[in-house]
Amino acid sequence: MIRFENVHKRYPSGREALTGVSFALGKGEMAFLTGPSGAGKSTLLKLIALIERPTRGTVIVNSQNTARVPGRRIPFFRQRIGVVFQDHKLLYDRSVFDNVALPLIIGGLKRRDIGRRVRAALDQVGLLDRESHPPITLSTGEQQRVGIARAVASRPDVVIADEPTGNLDPELSLEVMRLFERFNDVGVTLLIATHDLELIDRLDHRRLKLVAGQIVEDSKSSRQSGVA
Amino acid sequence: MLKRYFALHWNNCVGALRRMLRQPVGSLLTVMVIAIALALPAALRILVNNADLLSDSWEGAADFTVYLGMDVNNTQAQALADDVRRRDDVAEVTLISRAQALEEFRSRSGFGEALDALDENPLPHTLVVRPAGGAAGDIEKLARALDERAETDLVQVDTQWVARLRGMLELIARAVDIVTVLVGLAVALVIGNTIRLEINNRATEIEVMKLVGGTDGFIRRPFLYLGIWYGAIGALTAAVLLFIALALLRDPVSVLAGLYASGYELAGLTSRETLTLVAGGAMLGWAGAWLAAFRHLKAIEPK
Repeated sequence: MIRFENVHKRYPSGREALTGVSFALGKGEMAFLTGPSGAGKSTLLKLIALIERPTRGTVIVNSQNTARVPGRRIPFFRQRIGVVFQDHKLLYDRSVFDNVALPLIIGGLKRRDIGRRVRAALDQVGLLDRESHPPITLSTGEQQRVGIARAVASRPDVVIADEPTGNLDPELSLEVMRLFERFNDVGVTLLIATHDLELIDRLDHRRLKLVAGQIVEDSKSSRQSGVA
Repeated sequence: MLKRYFALHWNNCVGALRRMLRQPVGSLLTVMVIAIALALPAALRILVNNADLLSDSWEGAADFTVYLGMDVNNTQAQALADDVRRRDDVAEVTLISRAQALEEFRSRSGFGEALDALDENPLPHTLVVRPAGGAAGDIEKLARALDERAETDLVQVDTQWVARLRGMLELIARAVDIVTVLVGLAVALVIGNTIRLEINNRATEIEVMKLVGGTDGFIRRPFLYLGIWYGAIGALTAAVLLFIALALLRDPVSVLAGLYASGYELAGLTSRETLTLVAGGAMLGWAGAWLAAFRHLKAIEPK
């Protein structure tokens, strides 16, 4: 589902964010991307969402070589990926419903289907009763769940998350991770960047440890979810 | 598919209007700038239209006078009048015979007794010719043709100023065209700048839209509608401003026309011209917004 082959990323400033990263994440697999700040976790996720392009090497997402996706096709490429951000990136001038509906409207779904899918997604994150609220009236944990609902509403095969629990207390963090696990149970491939080791110690999933732009540890989960 | 497409456009269209109403003061200021700018060339256009109408009503004053030689007799004069009347570029010919002219002169000038002292009538036969066409060149040609007739002594085109006025009006109309283009450009730039600010204000939203896979067209569309609204509402406001201005001028104009014993009335914008103004405003808004969106949406990329 996601494959990196000897990927290098050097920013125009000269910073080497990734130096020779290779790994593969199978369909329906769930993995944590760990490592200290500045290790290149965000860069790696940006390469998957085509926010950045690799300097060298190959990134394959959804069996598509990202190098062969021209700029004007990027929107359509991104429509097949769900992205969750640390700061939620919700739009505060519209309701929870409209936030979750955004990728579906972009995808050109019928109004009736949009309503059904938005409610399904909100139901999965336990916020069905908040659909008409503005996001600002929700707690941080709830806002993050809205962000997750938006990421999964269009039923992407791949979901990536950048420090999704960064602003949450341990209890809410675990709740969010359990939510991700439920999506994983129905076959969604997940790559979650986090530096909350305490939290992921309580969860049994594959771990990719990134240090100074290189994967230094790749520990499989004991239950071996997915096919690599 | 098509229905969804139109539904999306409708949402964008209404959403853009709602967004304008959410910042009423700022939107009003922009709309007024556009309205005043558009009102200027429209007002000039109305002025030229009115001057055109006036000069049309002066068309009668473009008559000219052909004095025949003293040796031309009644029959010859009548034959010439008939001949000239048959010309395509002549609308009307009036023959004033020597006797008639003398009679008229006697009664109007007060020189009656002085005329009696003369042995014979000093006045020639006269033709008053009203040209059919309005163009200055045609009148010139007609005058020359009449001058070449053997019977003619003198052709007096005493109303050349009407032709000159027409020429001047044509020049002014051209100048108004140029002003219209320049003002249109200014309006497009003003709207473009407003849209640019709007894009900057909504950078976060644009970034999120790009992250969830919004195409350029999808992201651009609300801004294009915003531009169209600014242009159309600005133009409509311009039409209202002109309507008010003309209403204020109507009374003094009719007083002035009364002094000239004329029933002249100011002509305003026709409904067709109003429609053109609003459509033009909307198009300028679209163009300005498109320019701003094209240049500035690219700069906002997710980081």
